[in-house]
Amino acid sequence: MSVAAPAGPASRAARRRSSPGRRRPGSRIAYLYVLPFFAVFAAFSVYPWLDTAWVSLHDVRLSTYDQMTWIGLGNYRDLFTNQFFWNAFRNTITIGIISTVPQLCMALGIAHLLNYRLRGRTFFRVAILMPYATSLAAATVIFLELFDPKLGLVNWALHLAHLPEVDWQGSKWPSQIAVSAIVTWRWTGYNALIYLAGLQAVDNELYDAAAVDGAGKWAQFRYVTLPGLRPTILFTIVVSTIGAAQLFGEPLLYHNGKSDGGTSNQFQTLGLLMYQQGWTNDRLGLASATAWTMFLIIVVAVLVNLFLARRRERAGR
Amino acid sequence: MGRSSHPRRTAAVLAAATAGALLLAGCGSSSGNNDAAGQGAGSGPCGTTAKTTVTVGLFGTFGFKEAGLWDAYHKRCPNITVKEDDVEQSADYWTRLKTRLASGSGLDDVQGIEIGFVADVVQNHADQFVNWNKVPHAAADKAEFFPWKWQLASSTDGSDTVGLGTDIGPEAICYRSDLLKKAGLPSDPATLAKKWSTWNDFINFGKQYEASTTKQAGSHFVDSAASVFSTAVYQGKEAYDNAAGQPDVKNSDGVQSAWNYATEAAQSKITAGLEQFSPTWNKAFSNGAFATLACPTWMMGYIQGQAGPSYAGKWNIAPVLPGGATNWGGSWLGVPDKAQHKAAAIALVEWLSAKDQQVTMWKQGGHFPSNSDAAADPAVATAKSAYFSNAPVGKIFGDIASKMSIPPIGLYDTQIQQALTTQLTNVETKGTAPTKAFGDALAAIKQVTG
Repeated sequence: MSVAAPAGPASRAARRRSSPGRRRPGSRIAYLYVLPFFAVFAAFSVYPWLDTAWVSLHDVRLSTYDQMTWIGLGNYRDLFTNQFFWNAFRNTITIGIISTVPQLCMALGIAHLLNYRLRGRTFFRVAILMPYATSLAAATVIFLELFDPKLGLVNWALHLAHLPEVDWQGSKWPSQIAVSAIVTWRWTGYNALIYLAGLQAVDNELYDAAAVDGAGKWAQFRYVTLPGLRPTILFTIVVSTIGAAQLFGEPLLYHNGKSDGGTSNQFQTLGLLMYQQGWTNDRLGLASATAWTMFLIIVVAVLVNLFLARRRERAGR
Repeated sequence: MGRSSHPRRTAAVLAAATAGALLLAGCGSSSGNNDAAGQGAGSGPCGTTAKTTVTVGLFGTFGFKEAGLWDAYHKRCPNITVKEDDVEQSADYWTRLKTRLASGSGLDDVQGIEIGFVADVVQNHADQFVNWNKVPHAAADKAEFFPWKWQLASSTDGSDTVGLGTDIGPEAICYRSDLLKKAGLPSDPATLAKKWSTWNDFINFGKQYEASTTKQAGSHFVDSAASVFSTAVYQGKEAYDNAAGQPDVKNSDGVQSAWNYATEAAQSKITAGLEQFSPTWNKAFSNGAFATLACPTWMMGYIQGQAGPSYAGKWNIAPVLPGGATNWGGSWLGVPDKAQHKAAAIALVEWLSAKDQQVTMWKQGGHFPSNSDAAADPAVATAKSAYFSNAPVGKIFGDIASKMSIPPIGLYDTQIQQALTTQLTNVETKGTAPTKAFGDALAAIKQVTG
């Protein structure tokens, strides 16, 4: 942001007039305006990142925080040879997929439908946001009741239908599906609303024209809604990927606030593992290494998303 | 900072008595410089004559306030106001306390210390707490407690003691007499005391219960394998730490025998397979999913809370713990060396752990005294519980407390026990082979011990 030394008032004025895109002196004020954000960002994001990186290179426990032992990459080595890390890594991916994919598909469908001129449209639009407004703890408690293997409503219904009962807490896939159900329930409406906002930018005449051409609702969805929403969809995929990689509250509460993610860690996510290492097992160094690894995993995941999206876009043209 | 209310008359009398002292000390000035060893003479029984607010950091339900002890103390020491700084879960409290000990700031004048982390405080933070062997009334303080209770809060050589005891958790077996009767089994405490003297007897009795054709449908003998395990493990010579004070789960006699009993209980299907303190376990207190559970003193209150008044008289307590007497739970009160009002805090803790107050805590909240004089007091020793079919609870738990011996407790006992009981749940509910479950537990324990 170096500014060339002014040659003289006349030439400066001339140059300003000749190149309208050039920064005016007054625009430096803008730095002042954005400064608070960067100050807060430095204090509450950059500093903790660096501090976490520093801690991750040490053997240190919360109880004896003043006694740090330098072990270099020891914690990372520990992590990558650690069955609990890889288990949590796999769980994060599988829970991420079985919660994000149906969630976004349903949100798209709902947004498409809500975009039509329905009676009581505002009511439905507010209603779909209700799960998002519900407290996570309250929602999880309800789902715990529903999925309780012994007294739950879901198993009761399965029993009525003469289907085998499922251990929604102890078995791996059922418990992951149950956790994903909480995530999906909470976030579908939120994403639907974002899609709905995106749809406002799509010209209604396109739908009318499509209808005149004899396109049904499904064809309209495929040829009008989806192309119109492409940037919005990309946005929600990126945000959901980050959210899925950091999934924490639902699996924590789904095992009564324990950070092990089930008796066999069957739904322990990376976020939970990090919490367990730091606050249950007291190993801050290892937890910090996990935090940094998670950060890198998220960056990679987002880049992959963007790369795929861009390639599709190019292919689509 | 609400001042506790008390009758105006008493206030006036006490105010007159202390007015002079207050003027001399200067109202509101703190006594932060009082040295532990130096206090006592001159500053009176309250530790200070200045007007002081003593903060007390606690977790869960210590129940001092509910038992009226803060009000009582304010009457005794009108210049002292006690303010509680509460955290619901002891694990969250401990995290916060650790952070504050590491930074050396933000500590309350008095800090509650639970049995789950007392070893960590003794080993890593003893120098940050007032040593109760060096306060003026040290000898008298020490004489009041069950020796094992004092020892748990002390360094191995006994020179450093970080807290004075509050309650303890001597264990017996609580049971549903109506469920035992329904299954056609004896249900009077005297007979059960004989039939449940060892874990093998207890498990065999459980098998009879399961085999009964008249037992309540869906009901099992004991709530969880954890009930058996976490009790039996502290009946060994060693629990999770070896003689050198290092965690050694594989070679501990306590772990081995407890694991065998617990897995046998799980595999012979006498357990209900519930995770302790889970919502399903809570509900099972009233729906009859289990007939017995290991029952430290404080569990009586828990049972009443979960089962509710309609089960009064259906519950009973057998004066026995299979395999010998042991303890579950209990706390201490420590005073950080950097406490702002150290002398006042020391005086408060000494008063709280004295006989009369521990008797009050028993009468008001069912906290069994760690003060042996209090345990012998008729108000405790002859106490009966109407809810538990008039069981002589004072005598039952008092006998067990006096016979108790406890192996050393280590830094990671809480986490290690959690890892083992979690795997027991897998043996119970998923049929995991005990050897595999034990291996999985060891792997999880390795994550804790590093």
